[in-house]
Amino acid sequence: MSTLTNIILNAYKDSPNKPILVLQSPQRDDLVITNHDLITGSAAYSKALQDNGIQPDEVVIIVLQHGQDLIYAFWGCILQGVIPSIMPFLTEKLSPQHYRQSLQALFEVIQPAAVVTYADFESEIRMAIQNTSVRVVLISEQIESPSSISNPIFPGLQRNANSIALLQHSSGTTGLQKGVALSHQAILNQIHAYKKAIQMTPQDVIVSWLPLYHDMGLIAGFLMPILTQNLLVMMSPFDWVKAPARLFHAIHRYRGTLTWLPNFAYNFCASKIRDKELNGIDITSLRAVINCSEPMKMESHAMFLQRFQAYGLKPSALATCYAMAENVFAVSQGGIDTPVTLDWINRADLISHHKANPTTPNEDAICMVSAGKPLSNTMVKVLGKHGVELAERNIGEIAIQSDCMLNEYYKRPDLTASAFQDGWYLTGDLGYIANGELYITGRKKDLIIVGGKNIYPQDIEAIAYSVEGVYPGRAVAFGVFNNEMGTEEVIVIAESEETDPSNRSKIADKVRLAINQSSDIVVRKVLIVERGWLVKTSSGKIARLTNREKYLNQISNEMA
Amino acid sequence: MQAMLTDLSQYITHHILKTPNKILQADEPLISSGILDSFHLIDLALYIEDRFGVKIEDTELNRQTFDNLTQLCELILSKTNHL
Repeated sequence: MSTLTNIILNAYKDSPNKPILVLQSPQRDDLVITNHDLITGSAAYSKALQDNGIQPDEVVIIVLQHGQDLIYAFWGCILQGVIPSIMPFLTEKLSPQHYRQSLQALFEVIQPAAVVTYADFESEIRMAIQNTSVRVVLISEQIESPSSISNPIFPGLQRNANSIALLQHSSGTTGLQKGVALSHQAILNQIHAYKKAIQMTPQDVIVSWLPLYHDMGLIAGFLMPILTQNLLVMMSPFDWVKAPARLFHAIHRYRGTLTWLPNFAYNFCASKIRDKELNGIDITSLRAVINCSEPMKMESHAMFLQRFQAYGLKPSALATCYAMAENVFAVSQGGIDTPVTLDWINRADLISHHKANPTTPNEDAICMVSAGKPLSNTMVKVLGKHGVELAERNIGEIAIQSDCMLNEYYKRPDLTASAFQDGWYLTGDLGYIANGELYITGRKKDLIIVGGKNIYPQDIEAIAYSVEGVYPGRAVAFGVFNNEMGTEEVIVIAESEETDPSNRSKIADKVRLAINQSSDIVVRKVLIVERGWLVKTSSGKIARLTNREKYLNQISNEMA
Repeated sequence: MQAMLTDLSQYITHHILKTPNKILQADEPLISSGILDSFHLIDLALYIEDRFGVKIEDTELNRQTFDNLTQLCELILSKTNHL
């Protein structure tokens, strides 16, 4: 039986000097990391964990920025047999107080033994760990790499393939309650099946700017290439978002063949890069650009292709994927051996009859982008009311079963139990199957996806309630797709007794600021409305979908 | 300086915030408050390049370099002076 620990130690033994990772940062030379560098750098963290009495199977939270320390801290945990979980680092806009609160909420559920962070951030972490399970704060600057490895017998080698390798979280108060616990075996099964689905060969070079606290970045853009020993070129999401041309320079320089992007990034790259930044760039090496982690749009693919075809982007490189952390990563993959299927369906039938009836391209039709066929190890079915399996082209909840599912939501047996039905994981996504390919039409849960990040509206609403002037408990948050940006925008509507327009606008500013500083997102629109505007359900809850419809109708009436 | 300030303020309120009625104060925090999020910093940089003919490097797009309109204008002016 194999584990992540065995695999990287074997790679180190077989080819210590093989470069496996290139780390790019602005104004610095690219840093090339070999198997030897990876193991020595990680061994230092492994030793520090051991010296501080951290036991195998305990959880270590990593709060570091994208870079060498983060990589070594992660693999140091794997060598030591402890369970790493990577948390997003504090961003410029987040309030430190809110950040501390969310860490505390995480510590309460996960009960970690240690936190790894920077010296500059130590006092912040020390405040957050008071009265929690955390015994040790490791400071990355104080961890010294040995020049050679004196003891190659790492405790991680004793781990069972079914033991938990890592935890993945999504953001917000709600997301932090759900640590997706993945075993070594599940991760390796996913990689085995996914490699086949994307026809990966040892010559493939992966280029990624994705964050490592999210499944797409962690699995496709980090673990998979290191475990398969394919060259990985990495840059920080913060560097990429300020200069998206960096992705194309990296592909050009290292002859990149595979990259994964959320849908918004297609629009972002196509519209924010100047010609002069692409002088001499050749990306013909790219064989797949894989759209994943938020609703995929034909228009986004088209504008990306049109923008980069002149630089060698092949139409055949456009690919799609449907993925979730609970299945480690991919559920289905499209666009590798055949072009991505586009399915034009009748809009009225979709809305009124929950059916995806094919039609010819026209104004009343919706163009659905296929997420491709399920991976060889994953079964997918679509469930109607009362859990009955539906026939092709009927829309229902997508359920999956595979040999790479999560072990559990960490320390939350209640959430784990309710996530499954008769051994099938209920994804909460709505969609249909046609000709064996999977299409995602929406979501059962009121989840908002912004730039690939999952945002729970209840977290955003709770922040809005806390703002003075907002009527207690009367606010709603939902997403509306923005075609220009290629992703959802968050809209917040809050009731207030205030009627003066200038005072209302001040409340709106305060709501916006509070959400910006206490969550991972930026709100584009805050609407302050009179008491009674928001529609409630019969059980007295604020109905998100109904209020979203009401808002959209109001907007279209104003435009008319 | 005042004209540049007004110009930048209008660009941000019209094109980024999409709330043309809002008036940004010269010392109002932009990045640390989340008014300008990471996706829109690049829009601002591209606009400044077109409008004032100076390039804001991507490594300068952070709150250490500027966090309000006054600091942003000073940055642009320091670059114009070097032209």
